Amino acid sequence: MMNNEKQKYVMLDLGGTPATPWCSFKQVMKRTFKGELFVGLWVTLREMFKTLFLGGKHTTKYPLEKLPISPRYRAIHDMLRLLESGHYRCIGCGLCEKICISNCIAMETRYDENQRKEVSEYTINFGRCIFCGYCAEVCPELAIVHGARYENASEQRAGFSLFEDMLTPIDKLHLQKEYEGFGAPSVDADAKIKKTPLAY
Amino acid sequence: MDALLIGTVIKIVLVLAIVAALAGFGTYLERKVLAFMQRRLGPTHVGPFGLLQIVADGIKLFTKEDFIPQNANKFIFMMAPVVTAATAFIALSAVPLFPTFTIPDAIPFIGGAIVPSVIADINVAILFVLGMMGAGLYGPLLAGMAQANKWGIIGAARTAVQFLSYEVVTGLSILAPIMLVGSLSLIDFNNAQTGGIGSWIVWQQPVAFVLFLIAGFAETNRTPFDLLEHEAEVVSGYATEYSGLRWGMFFIGEYANMITIALLASIIFFGGFTPLGFIPGWLAILLKVTFFFFLMLWVRASWPHIRPDQLMWFCWKVLMPIAVINIIITGIVIMI
Ligand code: SF4
Ligand code: SF4
Repeated sequence: MMNNEKQKYVMLDLGGTPATPWCSFKQVMKRTFKGELFVGLWVTLREMFKTLFLGGKHTTKYPLEKLPISPRYRAIHDMLRLLESGHYRCIGCGLCEKICISNCIAMETRYDENQRKEVSEYTINFGRCIFCGYCAEVCPELAIVHGARYENASEQRAGFSLFEDMLTPIDKLHLQKEYEGFGAPSVDADAKIKKTPLAY
Repeated sequence: MDALLIGTVIKIVLVLAIVAALAGFGTYLERKVLAFMQRRLGPTHVGPFGLLQIVADGIKLFTKEDFIPQNANKFIFMMAPVVTAATAFIALSAVPLFPTFTIPDAIPFIGGAIVPSVIADINVAILFVLGMMGAGLYGPLLAGMAQANKWGIIGAARTAVQFLSYEVVTGLSILAPIMLVGSLSLIDFNNAQTGGIGSWIVWQQPVAFVLFLIAGFAETNRTPFDLLEHEAEVVSGYATEYSGLRWGMFFIGEYANMITIALLASIIFFGGFTPLGFIPGWLAILLKVTFFFFLMLWVRASWPHIRPDQLMWFCWKVLMPIAVINIIITGIVIMI
């Protein structure tokens, strides 16, 4: 149910508390012969048949099956690649390092032989990361995004992820999906764009 | 004489083994049925359909530490679970389980022997069974008081409350069928209902049956009346300090009692092990017992449980008058 849908609360008519012994006697009699207990029995029996034969089970066998999660879920980061060239998207601008609220991104950059900036070191300390999503939001290239890996139990408090670990493997490039979560342009972004005064 | 003795010993061992195993299987059934009624799966991982979960539970119970609290009365604390388990099985000794059968001649040594499937056909079987099940309540009572734990004390007090409430109803409700049959032997009860479904006592005594069923639920501490160990209120009641095998004995006792009550209800009110049309007698009683066992699980999944004061109110002010009226009406009808 959507949150903004109007809630339809219904007040139950519970009747008053019985005042006289005769009233309580009548209430007891009414409740005894109304068969409410059998309604309860019927409901559980019905649910049992539904569970057994109509696939009405609500159990997800968690480590074996997983529920789909929303693209806006903020789990362990992914580093995306450019789809055309396969080069990593990160331009080494350092904005994510700067904005990180818990100071857990550490990066170093240098000029490569073509005088382009290249990322030489990039780590995220997941012992400190609070998964606020600012890095994904600030990134101008949609290079750092939140992925779907939420099983991050580890033996140590500080768990570092290296750039290479988060980067989409080059042979899985065709599987890389455009990110729709936190900080990404919305699906109808084009329609929302207003022309700047320069266009007039 | 010797043959009788040996036969009885064999039967005792068989009943002990089978009912203890059934009690274990009962926990599995209970978990499965409850799970399905609550749209879950129940045990699935150990063995096919989770069947070996019973074995896993058994290993866990056996290997757990046998813990005795510091200030507990050690002897009583250690004895109490034995009381529950032992009385549950002693009660079963007077209940006929199957029709009398003859061992086929093909089997060496014992072939051709006629086996009455009751360990002891005593003429006061009903009294004996109810008395033994009543004595079984000493288990929780002593356990709760011996363990120097306040939750245990509350559990023991509730045991007393429960005992005082339902025991009256059990006796009175069963009195009317006894008046009809004129015997206390369960075999006689069975033989009084040999005329097919129409001769079942439940048609003559529906009120007594309902009363007996309610009292039976109280007797076995099943859900609407599971005051003794209700986790949400008294942690685990009388069983709070118990662990391992001693706790397991309470459990086996409870399940054996469930089987006994199911057997009693089938024999007294539903024709026992008399053949039903094409269904042979042993299968008929198995089906009936299974149904009553299922009913207990079903009720547990469906109904909330009641407070101790409501139980007393219910038993003394509602059920007992109904039972007495039922007896009086039965008496008048028999006289006329
Ligand atoms: S999610 Fe927040 S805390 Fe974690 S690396 Fe990004 S900016 Fe830092
Ligand atoms: S904000 Fe994006 S592009 Fe800039 S350094 Fe971080 S990941 Fe690279």
